Amino acid sequence: MHVSGTPPRPTPEPAANAEVKDVSKVVESNVTNRRQAMKCLLWGGAGVLWTFAGGVPRPLRLGGEAEAGEVRGFTFGQISDSHIGFKAGAHPSAEDTLADAVAQMAAMQPQFVIHSGDVSHLSAAEQFAVAGEIMQGVKRDVFYVPGEHDTIGDDGKLFFERFGRGHGTGGWYSFDAHGVHFVGLVNVVNLTSTGLGSIGAAQIAWLKNDLKGRASSTPIVVFAHMPLWSIYPQWGWGTADAAPVLATLRRFGSVTVLNGHIHQVIQKVEGNVTYHTAYSTAFPQPAPGVGPGPGPLKVPADELKAMLGIRRLEVVSDRVALTDKTLAQ
Amino acid sequence: MNFSSRGFRPILTLAAMSIAVVCATALVPGSRAAVAEAAAPAPAPAAAAAAVSTMQSDITIDSYMFRPAVVTIAKGTTVVWVNKDDDVHTIKSKAGPEAFSSPALPTGSRYGFTFKRAGTYRYICSVHPYMHGVIVVR
Repeated sequence: MHVSGTPPRPTPEPAANAEVKDVSKVVESNVTNRRQAMKCLLWGGAGVLWTFAGGVPRPLRLGGEAEAGEVRGFTFGQISDSHIGFKAGAHPSAEDTLADAVAQMAAMQPQFVIHSGDVSHLSAAEQFAVAGEIMQGVKRDVFYVPGEHDTIGDDGKLFFERFGRGHGTGGWYSFDAHGVHFVGLVNVVNLTSTGLGSIGAAQIAWLKNDLKGRASSTPIVVFAHMPLWSIYPQWGWGTADAAPVLATLRRFGSVTVLNGHIHQVIQKVEGNVTYHTAYSTAFPQPAPGVGPGPGPLKVPADELKAMLGIRRLEVVSDRVALTDKTLAQ
Repeated sequence: MNFSSRGFRPILTLAAMSIAVVCATALVPGSRAAVAEAAAPAPAPAAAAAAVSTMQSDITIDSYMFRPAVVTIAKGTTVVWVNKDDDVHTIKSKAGPEAFSSPALPTGSRYGFTFKRAGTYRYICSVHPYMHGVIVVR
């Protein structure tokens, strides 16, 4: 089930039973747009659905058990930048908006949830405790990586004590779920002098080893707090040594990179790699380079929830479909 | 909570990858400018300004900058940093005869350090290491 780190508890969820019934649903929903279906699918006779894995078509049998190691349809969630402890002016508490986000996430019944960092605002023990308590409301396992607000003054010691149990030295880890390989990276310790994230040689070596021997058709989901692509380096919105990580990932046919940090959704596609930053549940930040710095955006109270949100991710075959949803929806 | 089935149509192929991206929410509009906090909470007591000093030099943290960025002081002076940003900052030494490091400084809080040895001190905010400051002690 996993290489290192805590494996997700098997969670009963109707939508995740991607056997006969669900595969049929896949077919049905896609053929509602026939052109799209014809473009997307290769039909190899009745009862066989061809999917692409790493660019190679392969059959997914209908009416039979999915083969061992085959990717099954399932959903997971992403929550980011909860900044527990943040308060500013008339802004409602970050606790309340996280609780809203958690309630919405719980209603989606994902298999598990990723928290992509900045759990706390000030790396304080009680903020981690409160965050952990609120996050229990998703009623699923939560996989955390730290943000730079979680590592102030102690390089994340308190954070890892609470949220990094079972992870190796350095706090990075990986696990497998439904045939998808998940990698949680730490890029907020030893920020560069220009404020960029940094992964470091030890973690890169670990990643190479972690991915070694995995089939290139294995879908990969990487999550880390700071963006693994350069969005606005002047504000530290990037990771200095992302290039060797991406070089390691390039051979895989499906790579999804999930980040937080910038409190807004920005996406990029590069070959087989798609990058997605996420909403915060606490406060929005300005668009890249707009204003004097990346500080919290002041918005009218009635507009705030439209600028906070969560993400649902659905894995079908080897592809990940994302839906971002604001707390106002 | 209303995910439309359209938005969640299972997607199977390479071609559909681009659809997933298009369907997802676009960049948050950036037309609203960040506004500095007008009324900062009451300042917290100086965290480490324990040493009593008759000489004090204040540095303001504002818009992700230390103001003034370069300060020259006499030996024995206590420098007090006040965070007037909405974001959290820290004070962390990078070079100099003595090391100093503040805890996380939320909006309105302050941190003091008394410089007892002459020399040039360089420091940063560890959360935003592109913020630089220099203290010259004579």
